[in-house]
Amino acid sequence: MLRILQFLYSLRSFLLFVLLEVVAVWLIVSNNSPQGAAFFNSSTALTGSVLKTQSDVVDFFTLAEANKELTEQNAALLEKLTRINPPVDSVTFELDSAFEASFKFKSARVISQTLRFAQNHITINKGEKDGIKPGMGIFNQDGVVGRVKTVSKNYSVGISLLNTGLLISSKIKSNDVFGSVNWDGKNPDEAKLLYVPRHVKASVGDTIITSGFNSIFPSGIQIGTIKEINPGKEQNYLDILIALSADFSRINYVYLVENTQIGELDSLYQQAEIRNEY
Amino acid sequence: MNIRTFISFFLMGLILVAVQIFLLKNLALFGVALCFLYLLVIFSLPVSIGHISLILLSFGIGLFIDVFYDTMGIHAASATFIGFIRPYWLKVISPTGGYDDNNEPTLKEMGMGWYFTYAAPMIFFFSLIFFSIDQWGTGGFFGVLNKSFFSSTLTFLLAILVQLLFFKKRRGI
Repeated sequence: MLRILQFLYSLRSFLLFVLLEVVAVWLIVSNNSPQGAAFFNSSTALTGSVLKTQSDVVDFFTLAEANKELTEQNAALLEKLTRINPPVDSVTFELDSAFEASFKFKSARVISQTLRFAQNHITINKGEKDGIKPGMGIFNQDGVVGRVKTVSKNYSVGISLLNTGLLISSKIKSNDVFGSVNWDGKNPDEAKLLYVPRHVKASVGDTIITSGFNSIFPSGIQIGTIKEINPGKEQNYLDILIALSADFSRINYVYLVENTQIGELDSLYQQAEIRNEY
Repeated sequence: MNIRTFISFFLMGLILVAVQIFLLKNLALFGVALCFLYLLVIFSLPVSIGHISLILLSFGIGLFIDVFYDTMGIHAASATFIGFIRPYWLKVISPTGGYDDNNEPTLKEMGMGWYFTYAAPMIFFFSLIFFSIDQWGTGGFFGVLNKSFFSSTLTFLLAILVQLLFFKKRRGI
């Protein structure tokens, strides 16, 4: 017995090493699932406030540009609004509940993000206190940015679109063919559009938008444009490369969208025994 | 280790980790070269430090960096490995006559040639482990090698530069 203990004692540093590596691997695995709570990350109070201070300083230098983008978007929205507002008429219809707005929008600022890994994340400066919930979609004026993963009181961490674990249900705008956008971990300007059947006639330059099928994003938010189309390695699908429209190297302000009916949808899916795949 | 060297090491660690988090986190030269300057903390600890405390320290620093990088566990795993192999590697490349008791494996004390054989392979292995875990499942061993090579080159050059500029002989910082 003593010999065994002595033997183990002589191996103590190796055993500690193995133990710590196991802990690290466990952390990696538990943090890598796209849904579910993570243990520590940049949404905790201390790290969040440190990153926010840093971003406050850095953002000061890009204020002019951010302002310009926001005013441009305001102008575009105003134009849309005037087109949508119906002229006053003697006959009015009560809207059917199917047309009720089921999406709520919020704005936030990105305080930290990574670009160069295979699993990239973004941290934003709003949390539970401001009504942010896990699962909300994140986009900016250019296109889809990601999805909220974990939320703390004041901050939240989202999975960036530049994360090999995130699939976004999308469609080609010109012919309404559905697919899933997924990043392949290589170039932060490009992603892949998966599961588009071979017979589909798509052309370079076509716009890819969200389909609204996974009930995270409303339909019609831009994701990117088709850059290359190749016959895929798999028999059935095309290999489509898209250029992402959001410039991930300079994301400042983002919008968050919440589907207010997602609870109802989820329970419906559960009753119908459909697993909601993202 | 007396209290003075302890404090100077603590300060050096704090500064390097802060630089890593605030400046180097967003740096990626040509999209392939990342910089892991905080490894210099693990490299510069005295030769006489215990193996257990070295491993624990490496793990702690790695975990701390991870929290800010949102790469939970990846830095910790790779840094722990570096902490584990450091004493063996030091033994392999020990100069004739061995080390003094209060030797610090830094550039100013040991010279350029020795430091290259000391730090360069460890930085490369760190990068290799780091990018292998990061790119796990996305395929492309070439991409991992490419990123590791350029990242370790950049890290090594920056580590040399920092030591030439800021390290004094026979002091921590």
